[in-house]
This record gives sequence, C-alpha cells and structure tokens, in this order.
Amino acid sequence: MFGSKISDTTTLILFVIVVALIPLLAAPLGAGYPALMQFFAIFGILAIGFNILFGLTGYLSFGHAAFLGVGSYSAVWMFKLLSMNVIPALILSILIAGVFALIIGFVSLRRSGIYFSILTLAFAQMSYKLAYSVLTPITNGETGLQLALDDPRILDSARTSGQLPTPNLFGLDMNATRVVDVLGLEVQLNFGYFFSAAFLVLAFWIAMRIFRSPFGLMLKAVKTNQNRLNYTGVNTRPYTLAAFVISGMYAGLAGGLLACMDPLAGAERMVWTASGEIVLMTILGGAGTLLGPIIGATVIKFAEAKLSKFNEGVVHGWFDFLPDGLADVLTWVVAKFVGDGWHLTLGLVFMLVVTFLPGGLVEGARRIGGYLGRRGQKEDLEQLGSNVQGGKTTAAE
Amino acid sequence: MGILEVQNVNKRFGGLQALDDVNLNVEENTVHAIIGPNGAGKSTLLNCFVGRLTPDTGTVMFDGQSLIGRKPHEINQMGVSRVFQTPEIFTDLTILENVMIPSFAKRDGAFKLSPFAAVKAESAIRDHAEDMLGQVGMLEKRHMVASAMSRGDKRRLEMAMCLAQSPKLLLLDEPTAGMARADTNATIDLLKQIADSRPITFVVIEHDMHVVFSLADRISVLAQGHVIVEDHPSNIKGNPKVREAYLGDAHE
Amino acid sequence: MGDIVLQILNGLDKGSAYALIALGLTLIFGTLGVVNFAHGALFMLGAFVTVTFTNLLSFERVTLSETETTAWGSPLEIREPVLQAWFGDFGLWLIDYSVLVSILVAIPIMFIIGVVMERGLIKHFYSRPHAEQILVTFGLAIVLQEIVRTFYGANSISQSAPDALRGMMDFGVVLGFEPGMVPYPTWRFVYFFFAVVVIGGVFAFLQFTTFGMVVRAGMADRETVGLLGIDIDKRFTFMFGLAATVAGLAGVMYTPILSPNYQLGMDFLVLSFIVVVVGGMGSLPGAVAAGFLLGILQSFASMNEVKEIIPGIDQIIIYLVAVIILLTRPRGLLGRAGVMED
Ligand SMILES: Nc1ncnc2c1ncn2[C@@H]1O[C@H](COP(=O)(O)OP(=O)(O)O)[C@@H](O)[C@H]1O
Ligand SMILES: [Mg+2]
Repeated sequence: MFGSKISDTTTLILFVIVVALIPLLAAPLGAGYPALMQFFAIFGILAIGFNILFGLTGYLSFGHAAFLGVGSYSAVWMFKLLSMNVIPALILSILIAGVFALIIGFVSLRRSGIYFSILTLAFAQMSYKLAYSVLTPITNGETGLQLALDDPRILDSARTSGQLPTPNLFGLDMNATRVVDVLGLEVQLNFGYFFSAAFLVLAFWIAMRIFRSPFGLMLKAVKTNQNRLNYTGVNTRPYTLAAFVISGMYAGLAGGLLACMDPLAGAERMVWTASGEIVLMTILGGAGTLLGPIIGATVIKFAEAKLSKFNEGVVHGWFDFLPDGLADVLTWVVAKFVGDGWHLTLGLVFMLVVTFLPGGLVEGARRIGGYLGRRGQKEDLEQLGSNVQGGKTTAAE
Repeated sequence: MGILEVQNVNKRFGGLQALDDVNLNVEENTVHAIIGPNGAGKSTLLNCFVGRLTPDTGTVMFDGQSLIGRKPHEINQMGVSRVFQTPEIFTDLTILENVMIPSFAKRDGAFKLSPFAAVKAESAIRDHAEDMLGQVGMLEKRHMVASAMSRGDKRRLEMAMCLAQSPKLLLLDEPTAGMARADTNATIDLLKQIADSRPITFVVIEHDMHVVFSLADRISVLAQGHVIVEDHPSNIKGNPKVREAYLGDAHE
Repeated sequence: MGDIVLQILNGLDKGSAYALIALGLTLIFGTLGVVNFAHGALFMLGAFVTVTFTNLLSFERVTLSETETTAWGSPLEIREPVLQAWFGDFGLWLIDYSVLVSILVAIPIMFIIGVVMERGLIKHFYSRPHAEQILVTFGLAIVLQEIVRTFYGANSISQSAPDALRGMMDFGVVLGFEPGMVPYPTWRFVYFFFAVVVIGGVFAFLQFTTFGMVVRAGMADRETVGLLGIDIDKRFTFMFGLAATVAGLAGVMYTPILSPNYQLGMDFLVLSFIVVVVGGMGSLPGAVAAGFLLGILQSFASMNEVKEIIPGIDQIIIYLVAVIILLTRPRGLLGRAGVMED
C-alpha cells in the first residue's frame, strides 16, 4: 500500500469505488468496452492469486497458466453438461484447479528455488501437451472446447431456437450491456464486468486478510528465511502448500470467469509463456504488495489492447507534423513496437522494471511519493516495515 | 537421568571423522558448556541435536525421547531451541514480527491455517513478544526492519526469538563470537539472569574462556571429534589434556 | 534390432541439440552462477544468422536477355545469383554449402552477441536473486525473439542442407545390418558428428589449457580463485561468449532439420533447462549425457509400440523424467552436492 496511514478498510472502500467506476474511467481512454474491462478484473484476480504464492513465499511458479486452463475447461464442461448458469461452473473451476494445485504443489514443493520453478514448468508443459494429444476427448484438442446445440445441459430447459445459449447468472446474461450517456461520453455497463469485478473485490479482500494474518506472516517468513522457520518449530511444507493451493484456486476462478465471458477453452491458455505473462503482471505491478499485481494486470492488458491495435498508418498519423523523411523513419521505428510488435515493448518494459525497479510500479510510486515529501518521518517508514519489502523477489531456497 | 543424553555418536564427512564416539550427559536446569578448538566438531554436534544432521551411529535422547530422525520443527516443538553461530533471523520483517513468529509457533504448533485471523488482534502474542524484547533490551527498536540491525543486535534478537518459546533446552553456538568485551559481559549477565529466572537448560558452545567459566556448571572438552574431558569448571582449568588440545590454536 | 538402432539414431540429432544448448547453460551457470532463460534465444539467433547469410549469398541480379524474349515480346529476365556471376561454379558451391559456410560467420557474431549480453546486462545480475535473473533473461528472450519476428515474420523459413548431404544414408550397413534396414538422413548424422566435435572441443579447451583450468577452478570455488589475484571476471565473460557461440552453432546446423521461426528458442529452452536439471546443475558431463539420454528416450517414446501402451507418452516423457529425477535425485544424474540447494 502507498502509506501506512490508509487503513485497510479505507483501502477496500477506495478499491470498490475505483472498480465500480472503471467503465466510466476507462471510456475516455478507449478501454471502456466489455471484453477489455472483463480482462482487467479477471487477470487482476489471477495476479492477486499468483502474488499470494510468489509475493509472500518467494516460490516462483512457472506453471500457473495450467490452473487457468483447467479452470476454463471445467467451466465449459459444466456449461455443456449441467447448466449455463455460471455458479456451478465457477464452483467446479475452483475445485478442480484446487485439486490440480494440491497434487502439483505436493510434488513440486519438495524442492525449492529454481528446482521448484522447473518442476512447476514441467507439470504445466505436461498438461499442455496432454491437452493437445491424449486428452483430446476432454479438451477437444486444437479446436478447443466449445458449446454445441446438442449438449445435454440437464438442468436447463430445452431450447427451441437454433442459437447457442449464453452463460448467465440466473437468467442475467453475462454479455448484457447497457450503454449510458455520461456528459456525451458513451459508457458501457456490462453485467459480465460487474460480475467479475465482484469476484475481484472478494479476491482482493481475501488476499488482504491473508496478508495481515498469522498465516500470511508465516508465508513472509518462508520467503526471508525458511531455514530459521523450521528451527522455530514451524512445518513450512503445509504452509507453502496451502499458499500454492489457494493461488491455484484463484487461477481456477480466473479461468472459469474467462469461460463465463466467452464460453470456450483452449490449451494455448496453458502454454508456459502464458505462465510467464502472469509472472510479468505481478512483477510489473509489484510482487508482495497488495495492489501491485492488480495494477500490473491492468496495465499489461490495457497496453496489449491498445498497442496491438495500432498499425503503421496510425503511427504515421502521429508524425504528420514532421518533415516527410523524418516522419517515415520515426514511423518505421515506432511501428516495430506496436501492433504485432507489442510483445517487443512488453519484453523491454519487463527487462527495465526487473533491472531498475524490482519492486514494480508500486515501489516506483512509493519512491516518488517519498521523494516529494514525507522525509524525516522515519518512524512512519519503519511502521511500514515488512510491507515495504514486497519488492524483494528472493527465490525461496 | 539428564535432560539431554548423548551416547556413542559418530559422524563422518567423507574421510573426516567429525564426531568420534561422543558421549554427553546434560543435567536439567544447568549450564553445560562445550569447548574445544576450531574444527573440533562442536557445531556438528549441535546439528545432530536439532535435526540438521543425522548421526551415523549413536543415540540422542531428550527428555526421555529419541531425537534421531526427527525433523527440525518437531524437535523444536519438543522444547529445544537453537541460536546459530551466524545469526539466523527474518531479515525482511520487523524485529517485533521476528519475535512474534516463534510465539505463534509455540502456541499454534507446527502448522495452523488461519488466513482470516489478524496479527493485529493477537495482543497476547504481541505483549509476550514485547516482553521478550524488553528482556534483551530491544523494545524501542521493535518496529525496525531486522536487516538494518548491527550484528550484536541480531544476536540478541535471535536470543529473544528463542526465549519467546520458553524452551526446555536452549542451544547456543558461540553466542559472544566477535563481540566487544562490554557486549560479551552484557550477554553473560543476560544469560545468567535467564538461567536464574526460569527452569531452563543451556548447552553453550564457546570459545571465550571468560564466558565459559562465568557461566558453566559443567564443561565438556571436544577435540578432533572426541570428548577428552567432562568435568566441573574448576577441574578443567588445570587439566593437562585440555591444555594440550588447545596448544597451537591461534585463537586462545 | 534394426528398429532399436534406428530409434537411437533418431534420438541423436535432438539429443545433440539438447546437449549443445545444455552445455552452454551449464557453463554459464557454473561460471557466472546465472540462470539464463535467454539461452534458447541464442540458439534461435544462430539459426537466423544462417538464414540471413544464405539470403545474402543467394542475392540475385537480374539481367535482360539479348536473344530470348517473353511471350509479350519484351526481353526475358535472367535471374542469376551474384556469386555465380562473380565466381562461377565456386559461387554455386558456396550457395549450396551456405549452412556449413555460415558457421564461419556465426562464430564471431554469436561470440560478440554473448559478450555484449554479459557486459551489458547479465553482469549486473550476478549478486541478485535467481528469481530476478530468470525474470530479466526471460524478458530478454522475448525481446530477442520479437526483434527476429519483426524482420523475418512469424513463418518458418526452410533451409536446405548441401546437395551432397541431403539424402539418406544406409547407416545399418556400417553396423553390419542388411542394407536398407536402418536408413538415416545424412544431415542428421552430420549434426551428431558436429555436436561431438564441438562438445569435445569445449571439454578439451577446459581440460588442457591454463585458461580452462582457471575457469574450472573458478567454477569450483570462485572466491579462492579471486583471492589468487586472477582476473576471473574477464575469463567468465569469455565463457559467456563461448556458451553463446556453442548455442548459436547448434542453431546454425539445426536449420536443415527444423525450419527456424522466431519461437524456436523458447521451445528448446524449456527442454534444455530440464536437461540441465536432469544432468545435474553445474555438471558439464551431466548436461551432455542427459541431453543425449533424453533425446533418445524421446525417440523411443514416439515408437508406435510404446504409444499404444502408454498413450501420449511421447509428448511428456522428458517432463516426466525430470519430475522423477528431481524428486529422487535432487542433484540430478551427475550433479555436485550443494549446488543451489539450501
Ligand atoms: N556439512 C559438512 N560437510 C563436510 N565437512 C563438514 C561439514 N560440516 C562440518 N564439517 C567439517 O567437520 C569439522 C568440524 O566442524 P564444526 O563442527 O563446524 O567445528 P567447530 O564448530 O567445532 O569449529 C570441520 O573440519 C568441518 O570442516
Ligand atoms: Mg562452530
């Protein structure tokens, strides 16, 4: 958090307000459309969950995308078999992801440091490869798992129209959107967004409680000195396993929500670079801090949506005021960083953050805040104590 | 019957016989010192008590139960705490949190899933931790991040962490190494005061004879992995074997 | 029997690539203590050095024919590689052997890339946590592959082996089997041979030169070597360059086997990392042995007989082996004690 003076309750209230206002705040930035806002909330949940593992315990999982994928598959299966209501789908997503996390975590947590990272990576890659091969009956291979008209859906009444049903909450459609005019600004109020946002708030609240709990304190202690903790009478294995499972369930929820917004699931969601992206969001915002991961997820999803849309023509428009030759050169250079090339920007930003600001954007904001005033309030800084340390990304060893 | 009974413990590292048929009997509520030149195997012996190492052969009994094959956290939960030769603390956390963690471990056992409890609300634990910090004279610094402390303070912090668990047996590995005389004396006073104020047994590894003779009720001398003498302090001073063991050791 | 030999042979080319990449990874980890997630990208860069070089060599000039005309009456365009025009048959030979010739170009280029990478970035991460090393090199890997993508697009670019080495060879005959029992693509054999030479070269270099001896001593105990007043850092920079070169060459020679695209590195990186861990972090012989072992295992797992018993095993065998090894032998097959533990 930005300062110790803001109490948790205040933070939570502010958070709810900001989340509720996102459709309004995002609209002028051209980000106020449902699909993107849903991404903000869903990837926010994913990053919060990842942070409970990585930010608190220092265990760097490189296979978290597997839980995301598992969550999506579970949800779509629920849509196919049981009902288009999202509640059973989400429950199954969380449960199945939790079971997966329990198994993978139980094995992977026998090792620490880079070995742990490699183990999680290996498990995620196995899931990914199997989803494409032997498990095709469950995953539908490369095509991905989709709804079909003749799915049983035993709880739903038979549909007569020839259209695929859509996920809903007791009849409220996830893609129901109302456009309201706020001072000439078109603001899209999408039910799916608010539904996901409610989970984001819940996820944030739970994370906050964990951060402030004795359980969370033990997790932080695992990160700083696991060895000492063992000699202090604490069995660290169940603590790290609990953190792993909780964070896997967060990812399962996120995967389930993705399927609720767009009912299809594919294996590419589980590929290891997708796991890398989760790490990236968390680091960019600030691992170990409460808000950082959400900020990181939002920034990356926003940048992805924006940058990947620009093409050379758009870029050239920016430089129109310049002499022709110069404009062409600048366009050529800048165009490499947008559109398809936005990953290049992502990679560069990521390198810069890890190198110069390992604490992420939150750490940056704090440094600027500290620079602008608040000097001499040493005690205040000390109070922040362990919370400040979020920036350190020491692998548990 | 002593609280800690060590019988015929051997430990080999490759070609090196680090512990050679070690026998040790520590009486309850006493201070037992282990002295010996560098590399004699003192730390190795402590490691065999806390579950870091398993002896090749031999038995280690604590309070009537064997410690062999137990995990470090199990041994700690039985009432054995250890201060390390180089301070092991939670550097990223505050001093207060450092002491609260062992208090939680003492109260809640080796694992407790309490994600919705609040550390802030645990006033009993905090008061206890602050009490411990007061005893080692660090109460005012409790909100400092532990990494910012001096080495001496880290040592005192580690002591407070161990005391917070009210262990039956406290193992100290060279608690005054590298300290200035004044700090050493303060540590001696602290240990004496602790020993006098509660039922607790100490096993102290020490290099500094001054410390050893001010504290110990009994002394074992370890040389090349072997206990050459175990006796009352007054009998150790003049013992020719001990002198021989230390001869040529630059530190003394 | 012929089948088994064939599977072993089939595993050799992949195994060779794994071994070469893992060798470099281990060198970097052992000397610099750095976990380099960008190492796969170096493999990919090597492959694209060849692609670029071949493009340059095959650069054509267009002349208008004086005698022939097209159907529309305009003079016929004659396309002819510049090299052919200049050097005749030798020029054509160069183009044909471009993959092999590009080795000469790739060595200095990859070495320089490695040194620049070490001096410019990796150097600053020596004393930082492994997690941060992983993350920053992961970022670098993305950057490198995206740069390649902007210039070469996302599609794989095929590259052919020299004509003489393109076909199949009857490897069985060498081993005393009936002719036709063990057909094996010649280029894969070339690749294996090449890998053995490079690996042998690196080991000989470390074993028999003073430079190599100092580096090995540094791998075992960096501080002590530093105390001797030897400038170990410079040597380690050189080792990074060497590791980059080895990875690059592995990529160069792999182009006829697998048409490279910008993601080639990532695919190999994950597997090579697993190879390193299986072999034992910090053990050079371990990395090489595990590379070949896993390559061959993978090839056996792809046999239909095996796939029928355990479906999908070919997809996951390497990961499965890694999991089992890590759990039962945390140090890996030949790893030293205490590397990255505790
Ligand atoms: N884990 C280990 N592996 C190999 N040798 C060790 C190990 N731990 C200690 N030793 C060796 O055992 C001997 C005793 O060490 P130690 O118990 O630390 O001595 P002391 O604490 O009495 O100075 C030393 O020679 C030391 O090098
Ligand atoms: Mg010692």
